[in-house]
Amino acid sequence: MQNQIGAPKQRLSLGDPRVRAWLFQIITIVAVVSLGWYLFNNTQTNLQHRGITSGFGFLERSAGFGIAQHLISYTESDSYARVFVIGLLNTLLVTFIGVILATILGFIVGVARLSSNWIISKLATVYVEVFRNIPPLLQILFWYFAVFLTMPGPRNSHNFGDTFFVSNRGLNMPAALVADGFWPFLASIVVAIVAIVLLNRWATKRFEETGVPFHKFWASLALFILIPALCCLMFGVPVHWEAPKLQGFNFIGGWVLIPELLALTLALTVYTAAFIAEIVRSGIKSVSHGQTEAAHSLGLRNGPTLRKVIIPQALRVIIPPLTSQYLNLAKNSSLAAGIGYPEMVSLFAGTVLNQTGQAIEVIAITMSVYLAISISISLLMNWYNKRIALIER
Amino acid sequence: MTTHIFKPDMPAPKTSVGALGWMRAHLFSSWLNTLLTLFAVYLIFLVVPPLLHWAILDANWVGTTRADCTKEGACWVFIQQRFGQFMYGYYPPVLRWRVDLTVWLAVIGVAPLFIKRFPRKAIYGLCFLVIYPILAYTLLHGGMLGLDVVPTSQWGGLMLTLVIATVGIAGALPLGILLALGRRSKMPAIRVVCVTFIEFWRGVPLITVLFMSSVMLPLFLPEGMSFDKLLRALIGVIMFQSAYVAEVVRGGLQAIPKGQYEAAAAMGLGYWRSMGLVILPQALKLVIPGIVNTFIALFKDTSLVIIIGLFDLLNSVKQAAADPAWLGMATEGYVFAALVFWIFCFGMSRYSMHLERKLDTGHKR
Repeated sequence: MQNQIGAPKQRLSLGDPRVRAWLFQIITIVAVVSLGWYLFNNTQTNLQHRGITSGFGFLERSAGFGIAQHLISYTESDSYARVFVIGLLNTLLVTFIGVILATILGFIVGVARLSSNWIISKLATVYVEVFRNIPPLLQILFWYFAVFLTMPGPRNSHNFGDTFFVSNRGLNMPAALVADGFWPFLASIVVAIVAIVLLNRWATKRFEETGVPFHKFWASLALFILIPALCCLMFGVPVHWEAPKLQGFNFIGGWVLIPELLALTLALTVYTAAFIAEIVRSGIKSVSHGQTEAAHSLGLRNGPTLRKVIIPQALRVIIPPLTSQYLNLAKNSSLAAGIGYPEMVSLFAGTVLNQTGQAIEVIAITMSVYLAISISISLLMNWYNKRIALIER
Repeated sequence: MTTHIFKPDMPAPKTSVGALGWMRAHLFSSWLNTLLTLFAVYLIFLVVPPLLHWAILDANWVGTTRADCTKEGACWVFIQQRFGQFMYGYYPPVLRWRVDLTVWLAVIGVAPLFIKRFPRKAIYGLCFLVIYPILAYTLLHGGMLGLDVVPTSQWGGLMLTLVIATVGIAGALPLGILLALGRRSKMPAIRVVCVTFIEFWRGVPLITVLFMSSVMLPLFLPEGMSFDKLLRALIGVIMFQSAYVAEVVRGGLQAIPKGQYEAAAAMGLGYWRSMGLVILPQALKLVIPGIVNTFIALFKDTSLVIIIGLFDLLNSVKQAAADPAWLGMATEGYVFAALVFWIFCFGMSRYSMHLERKLDTGHKR
């Protein structure tokens, strides 16, 4: 009679939530798998009928077209795989420049919006409201077609001190050529950084033990300037500058930033900075005024209050949305397809796709690049969030 | 007995009240502020007068061809001449009343929802949601009720932009809510499927999604079955957007206190009824501003269909600016398109802020 004393033995029935949960999950998995199988089958048949061989063999073949901007050496006979690397590098270049410029501009505008100066804060508001409400692609097209392509030719280019020239061919600027002192210079920078880290460790330790403050910032800055400068004196300058010169109809020498790159970076910077400004503003506003008062009552002056009390707390609010803006910038760099700047999408998913017809492989590679970027950034984000999360009592 | 009579208050110093005082406090409070003010005034002086001259004072307003633009400023004649193309694309001019009618029907149909005292709003809204899309499709596409068929390849301009944006959000909303519920589900298989779906679409740029829907979708379908270009783009947009909507809705679901879930369970409500009657009404109310913001992002993103060759507002402008008869009109065209987009997006963002204030009924903790 033991069975009747314990809990009644349950039979499998649809009334049991656990049974239902299992059932739903099995149905879901079966549906997803069969949908995948169905699509896979269709694709196979379609590919066979069109006579397309799938696989990544095409990456080995020679590309046979020129690319306007490549950071690594490239000739028309190079393979599609190299084209892919060039596209990826160009995407990363735009993203890198854009992130730095947008952060600087965004922080300036965000702080300006909070300024007590009426005219400055209104100007910043107008900036934010204008630029975040216009599609980024439209801004890119505007800068490209309406600004850079309508600039005068190289002969009548806007001349900035005979070193920088802006024309419809882009921005010509002096090139840095490696000189004798280059490697020692690089080494001296590494030495300087190590010295700064050691100095800061020592200063923090002494501060915690004895309470004697140390001018960390100025000492670090001095180290950072003095060591490389000393190195330059000993081994000679690290780089030679070669200014562009007008010859015939175009410039020779120097580096050139193509107008596509300029338009894309400018538009993405201006667009993203408007969002970053809002993030910065809300981050600073989220630190209550009581924090400032508390810091003042502890005897901290304005500078340390800002550095040690306000900014660390504001950053906690600012950093997560800021990274998602960086991610957006990386994704928006794909809009270059609209003006033909040779990055991932326009070069690889555009030209290479059209030439080879390997739609599935090309799109899959392109998408996985962006997925890899965004997953790695969000993993980094999660780690950071965990580290700075408030530990409540 | 002596009574104290207070003297009348002295007036505030002249420099701290009125226009002068305001300027001292807001523009010249310190030497740094004074410097900033001067800098800002210089900046405005640098930008505003030339802009004013170009856009209004020296602009050309009347004429029919490029030769009529004799003054130095903008040539708005170009916009006037091509206005029809910017609004309707290649939609046949004699049939454009159908597009206008569709828009008016939407305006008239939605208006009662904004009247406070209107009875049975929910039922009316549902009926509108069911009837209007059918009506709009019939009017725009034709083929029924004796209306001539206008294939989607002739749709374009602002009309196409609006079609993509509204269909995109209308399709993404239900899908997004289901995905958000799935992501919060206790069943691991369903959760994994939803998380994968959401993270995949959020991780890739819309442009690759559009590429995918235009070149890969035909490969996925059985032989002989083909979609038109617009529908393919719409499918891509809906998938992409539903992932973003799902994340917004999830934010709302997480903001509902646990007590609400427990209370619904204590009332004996099953999963769907507790979600439908208790949780979602509260959660969706919380996330309406977020959804409006997603819609703004979608509205801006519709301009990407240029990449797969659909003629939305931006592409119409780009095409018109490349016309040999109107060379050099790119600036005017893009400024006009920017203005149209800006009016829509700014209007919606103000509306979303208004909603946020109106719907803020104390869920903040």
